[in-house]
Amino acid sequence: MTDKATEISAGGQATGTSRRLRTAFAALGMLPVLVLLAAGFQFLNPRFLTETNLLIVTQQSSINIVLAAGMTFVILTGGIDLSVGAILAASAMVAVMVSLVPDWGLLGVPAAILVGLGFGLINGLLIAYIKLPPFIVTLGSLTAVRGVARLLGQDTTVFNSDLPFDFIGNGSLFGIPWLVIIALSVVVLSWLVLKRTVLGTWIYAVGGNAEAARLTGIKVPLVLLFVYGVSGLLAGLGGAMSAARLYAANGLQLGQSYELDAIAAVILGGTSFVGGVGSIWGTLIGGLIIAVLSNGLILAGVSDIWQYIIKGLVIIVAVALDRYRLQAGART
Amino acid sequence: MSAIARAETARQPVLEMRHISKTFGAIRALHDVSLSVHAGELHALMGENGAGKSTLMKVLSGAYRPDAGGEILIDGMPAATGDPIKARASGVAVIYQELSLAPNLTVAQNIFLGNEPRRFGIVDRDQCTRRAREIIARLGVSFSARDMVSSLSLGERQLVEIARALSTNARIIVMDEPTTSLTSRETDRLFEVIATLKSQGIAIIYISHRMEEVYQLADRVSVLRDSGYVGTLERADLSASRLVSMMVGRDLSAFYKKDHRPPDEKRAVALSVRGMSDGRLLKNCSFDLHKGEVLALAGLVGSGRTELARLIFGADRHISGTLELDGKPVTIGSPREALDAGIAYLTEDRKELGLFLDMSISDNISMGVLARDSRAGGLRDFAAAERRASKAVADLSIRTGSVQANAGSLSGGNQQKVLLARLLETEPKVVILDEPTRGVDVGAKSEIYRLIDNLAKQGIAILMISSELPEVIGVADRVLVMRDGTISGEVTASQGEPLSQEKIMELATGAAQQ
Repeated sequence: MTDKATEISAGGQATGTSRRLRTAFAALGMLPVLVLLAAGFQFLNPRFLTETNLLIVTQQSSINIVLAAGMTFVILTGGIDLSVGAILAASAMVAVMVSLVPDWGLLGVPAAILVGLGFGLINGLLIAYIKLPPFIVTLGSLTAVRGVARLLGQDTTVFNSDLPFDFIGNGSLFGIPWLVIIALSVVVLSWLVLKRTVLGTWIYAVGGNAEAARLTGIKVPLVLLFVYGVSGLLAGLGGAMSAARLYAANGLQLGQSYELDAIAAVILGGTSFVGGVGSIWGTLIGGLIIAVLSNGLILAGVSDIWQYIIKGLVIIVAVALDRYRLQAGART
Repeated sequence: MSAIARAETARQPVLEMRHISKTFGAIRALHDVSLSVHAGELHALMGENGAGKSTLMKVLSGAYRPDAGGEILIDGMPAATGDPIKARASGVAVIYQELSLAPNLTVAQNIFLGNEPRRFGIVDRDQCTRRAREIIARLGVSFSARDMVSSLSLGERQLVEIARALSTNARIIVMDEPTTSLTSRETDRLFEVIATLKSQGIAIIYISHRMEEVYQLADRVSVLRDSGYVGTLERADLSASRLVSMMVGRDLSAFYKKDHRPPDEKRAVALSVRGMSDGRLLKNCSFDLHKGEVLALAGLVGSGRTELARLIFGADRHISGTLELDGKPVTIGSPREALDAGIAYLTEDRKELGLFLDMSISDNISMGVLARDSRAGGLRDFAAAERRASKAVADLSIRTGSVQANAGSLSGGNQQKVLLARLLETEPKVVILDEPTRGVDVGAKSEIYRLIDNLAKQGIAILMISSELPEVIGVADRVLVMRDGTISGEVTASQGEPLSQEKIMELATGAAQQ
């Protein structure tokens, strides 16, 4: 009897260890791919791994990482938010327009964030309380908000060469660009919410099994409202970052297909498309992979057309490898 | 017995299943079952849920291959087993509860779906329609071969299924609970068609829980119990009491042990349910549940037990009815409100509706009380979750290496204990357990029974839904029986007499009305 008991607990221990190993592997996720890509590009062009270039890469990826952080919340619940690119454009318009108000120009940033939050909450209300499918709702708002963005500037580009918050887009703190600092802060804050708060656990629970979550007393609609609100808010922040970088905004062109890059970053990061499984660190790595690819291919002198083709293939192959690796891990 | 023997020598049966056994791993789903059916006979197959009826029919239809030693004879000739296509070719057709028609196609197209008459490799639509008309005429039904199936009622669709069976020249048709979703007029229509089929020499194996149908239709009735064959009754020998005792007659296992005192009349009412209806199945359900009582809710699958539990728990909307908790009226519109009021519910479907398989055991156990445990700013108190989980693992003897392991890695019994632990963390006053021992092994079963007994001892009121009669008898103090969405009666133990399985079965099947 005792023998049997120890046997069982020993067996449990063993699976516990291999489980931890596997979790560690899963946490590592796409990091090896990122490292391999960087090494490859360095081999093709030694200018890749220089301080200046790395700063450019991180800076270029920062807006996408902010959007992808919001997208991680949404996809963890098993949803999708296609409207973030359009929300970014509308928020950037608002940011520049408010920045033109004398003495109150700095309010452009909170205004952009609030506009983003507002659109996100509208998405959330439709999905959580009217129970419309996320894909349909955000596909609709992708188009409608794009229209709003164009309407805001009467379909022209708005400029402000004397942008009061231009340091966000072009300044640095101790040599680190503000864009990068903001993106990293968003990632850390997201990690805190997802892994350290009750709400975060509820988000995973809703994504893992929405009906079980409801029967456990979790207010599922509230959780959904929150994640779409976060996604909108971060798209608004992305809008402010974009405006600060460009000193301008254009409702038609800005943020076109950004939602796809954000989704790609989340999926590359190993977050399950059906929800319930994934991490914000994976998303960070996924965003960096996309940025490294773009930058490295330019440095390697690959033409614009081929960049598209290669980027698309790398995304598919990377995710396929990831699936294969996880399955192999599960089998042993 | 001699009557059966005479019948068998008089005519050769169209179908004979001999010594059919079927095991899945260590589980014995069928043990040495034999069945013979004659041409033009309606042979009813009865038994409790899980008695082995469906498995036997799956062996017949070729979905399962029987274990070595079992054989199927059709017209006295050994037939291939474990091959659905050959089974169909030899004249066996099964009509399942869930119909398998394509609603966007016509009746004729459905009848010949996958088996279209062809000319030069192209579907011969004229022949299709013509032959469909002939078959429909044989059945004497009112719709036409060109009607879309989507325009037909549920009963008519069932007749299309029968027509499809006839199109393959089926001589043995299995009907699995065919009247469950039919109106009484559609049922009459179906019975007329059944009579027509019989007159054409087709053998029908009819699975049903409804006594009145079996009385009306059956030429013979065979009963299965606990995966084994119990016996066959001729029409002349049929009686409700004989059938019921054949279906339930087994001895109680020793592992039911009641330590808690069954509540007497004076014990306070914990939950009072009055006039609950959902506008679909449930009609006017009322009962009282006392403190420290284990009240079982028995009935057949589909009688509305789970629906009633979900209504009380606020998981589904009720259209009428009131609840009183400890004598005070409460309104419950969502599971959250039910849990806040002190009502907890264990789902019957732990994988789909209960567990978070990708999350840790600890998170699964604490999920309902995360907000209560949280620290300032909504931060998780992981130490509290760990404490709860460790205590639950010890109290309920959940076998796992670590409380951080995923719930999906546990066995069925341990998963069930995790769900029970989650439910108990909410400190409920009323606990509704929906099939608490479904799919768990015997060891975990007895542990769950002990837990239920302990909860009752602490004064918690327990409503237990169960399809296993021995479990109902062994664990409950009192039994409510549901049938067709209403509470059809109550069975109590009296004067040292135990709860009667026969009475429960009579109320569940409607045999009491005979």
